[in-house]
Amino acid sequence: MSLHAAVQPAADGVAAAAEGGVQTGAWLLVALPLLGAAVLLVGGRRTDRFGHWLAVGLSWAAFVWGALLFLDLQGLPAEERARDLHLFSWVPAGSFSADAGLLLDPLSVAFVLLITFVGSLIHVYSVAYMEHDADRRRFFAYLNLFVAAMLLLVLADSYLLLYVGWEGVGLASYLLIGFWNHNPSYAAAAKKAFVANRVGDFGLSVAIMIMFATFGTVSFSGVLGNADKAGEGVLTAMGLMLLLGACGKSAQFPLQSWLGDAMAGPTPVSALIHAATMVTAGVYLVVRSGPIYEGAPNAALVVVIVGAVTLLFGAIVGCAKDDIKKALAASTMSQIGYMMLAAGLGPIGYAFAIFHLLTHGFFKAGMFLGAGSVMHGMNDSVDMRRFGRLSGAMKITWLTFACGWLAILGVPPFSGFWSKDKIIEAAFVGDGWRPWVFGTAALVGAGVTAFYMSRLFFMTFHGQRRWPKDAHPHESPPLMTVPIIVLALGSAGLGAVLGVSDALVHWLEPVTGAHDEADPVLSVPVITISTLVLVVLGAGLAWRMYWATPVPEVAPRGSLLTQAARRDLLQDDVNEALLMRPGQYLTRSLVFVDNRGVDGAVGGLAAFVGGLAGRTRRLQTGFVRSYSAAMVAGVVLLLSGVLAVRI
Amino acid sequence: MNLVWWLYLSVLLFTIGGITVLVRRNAIIVFMGVELMLNATNLAFVTFARINGDVEGQVIALFVMLVAAAEVVVGLAIIMSIFRTRRSASVDDASLLQY
Repeated sequence: MSLHAAVQPAADGVAAAAEGGVQTGAWLLVALPLLGAAVLLVGGRRTDRFGHWLAVGLSWAAFVWGALLFLDLQGLPAEERARDLHLFSWVPAGSFSADAGLLLDPLSVAFVLLITFVGSLIHVYSVAYMEHDADRRRFFAYLNLFVAAMLLLVLADSYLLLYVGWEGVGLASYLLIGFWNHNPSYAAAAKKAFVANRVGDFGLSVAIMIMFATFGTVSFSGVLGNADKAGEGVLTAMGLMLLLGACGKSAQFPLQSWLGDAMAGPTPVSALIHAATMVTAGVYLVVRSGPIYEGAPNAALVVVIVGAVTLLFGAIVGCAKDDIKKALAASTMSQIGYMMLAAGLGPIGYAFAIFHLLTHGFFKAGMFLGAGSVMHGMNDSVDMRRFGRLSGAMKITWLTFACGWLAILGVPPFSGFWSKDKIIEAAFVGDGWRPWVFGTAALVGAGVTAFYMSRLFFMTFHGQRRWPKDAHPHESPPLMTVPIIVLALGSAGLGAVLGVSDALVHWLEPVTGAHDEADPVLSVPVITISTLVLVVLGAGLAWRMYWATPVPEVAPRGSLLTQAARRDLLQDDVNEALLMRPGQYLTRSLVFVDNRGVDGAVGGLAAFVGGLAGRTRRLQTGFVRSYSAAMVAGVVLLLSGVLAVRI
Repeated sequence: MNLVWWLYLSVLLFTIGGITVLVRRNAIIVFMGVELMLNATNLAFVTFARINGDVEGQVIALFVMLVAAAEVVVGLAIIMSIFRTRRSASVDDASLLQY
């Protein structure tokens, strides 16, 4: 493959960042949390007293800057809202040059606001949640590191810089999942998350390589601006590899096995990384690479299929989990499936995927923090079968969790209704079999979501008390409840704010392209009403099974599907059988070959030389006469050789 | 007189000297055998000088005699010193440099 690009990139179409304003300081968004992480990690125990407040302060500072940036961009007309802030020349390598820069446009700023706002709330929550942990400072260092890497990911203006942020969040996720690494199973969970992410990262790096080979550049403007000039085969390959990367990071099928085990980390980590932000990076990647998918309809179809499969997969798994965090993790997997489904549908779906991403960030993080609050009151227990009727003991947690519950169900006017319904409508748009298959999948998924989320809510907060003897559930301190309240307000109202008059859709239009109005195959009122009917049915079934009927404290055996769902629908077993065991056999056989074969050859050679030397040394008898005999024999041989040649 | 006979004599003397070196145990007798070999070669060189009609062989024989003399001095000195320390002149007894 020659180094010359197959497609000549057009001139850079994005305007440079405005001087002297908020935009030129956008690098502070990444630098401030990174500074916090550096200070806390390098400073060590000396920073233990104030470390957490430093991290909280820097995180809020990043939010303030992000808000100023948002206001600044809002003041510009819609066509000029994309600005590129050039930071430095990163890889000046002859024909390939990559510059490090930040792209400030509606999509990245929307993400910045989500990450910094929810992230800062979770920082505040963690001050109280991790109060009794001696390693709290290290926790905040890693949290700040995560925020810095995630902001770099969404602000990058090239795929290469995005990859740096991508790896950074993977690292932060590993460090935070395995935060209590004295427990071997937590450390193994962190390793599992990292390895699964790595498989995805391979996809992303191959995609970047294809981009370089095709376009000669990996910047967004170079690749996405010229995507229409590349062939469909190349674009399909790029799209599939990007999807592989997104599956790894966002825990989509088939790389979803790590998310349940990632709940080994502290609950703020689960809320921040594995609900609101890191797992949404895959969706960001797909939406940002929209022009690539528009040129490769087959890859986009695969994205939709992956999203649909995952949303049902997560929903089924969530129905059988008794661990509150694992049920929420399955729910996250499923909701991101919705986002992927929307993102794969093309321009009609991009804005809704991001809309659902933003509302999901609020209600899922709120529910995770609520779960943390419940765990805090129940001696860090996660078994929902030993909860029950906590509504009286933890009123604020109960009410805020209820806001998140209603939001994820999609009950109007909560936020989930606005975003999820739009996705279901978009799924019903199209020709032939597609709208029916994907629309039905999304609809059924909504019903199952209603069932298992209601199951979770009722098992925890209603029904009868099934508490252990030493449990004294109590409400959490204000540093924990205030962030949850703020997130609950967001879960309740954000949908209306962003959805009324399509505010978010119009805000994202410069990036996602104009939203083409196509009609779904079922009319919109029919869709809305069937969704609500399914939601009510799901919630009603959960009420019947988990509130009206006593919940057994020991999990009953359950049907085959329940048993399979408890084992994550056998994904771990499939991974082990297909990949892990063959890999183990391969490594064991290679070790065998190395020990016996290579070491045997080397050792054998040494033994041979030693044996030869042992036999040869017997010639050194010490007798002068045998030496002289040897000399005579040698001379005779030499002379006969010389004579033989001459005669 | 056919000069080849001198060469045969030289070969004979050389062989006897060689066998003496290989077979005899006393260091001085071995030395004698070495001297015999040297003298045999001297004879051969002089004979060839006579055959070729020039004096090159005789000059080389002179050198060989010189070297033989020096070697005898050194060799006998070594044998004497070994005899003084070990009270034996047998070459078989000086076999410490073995495996």
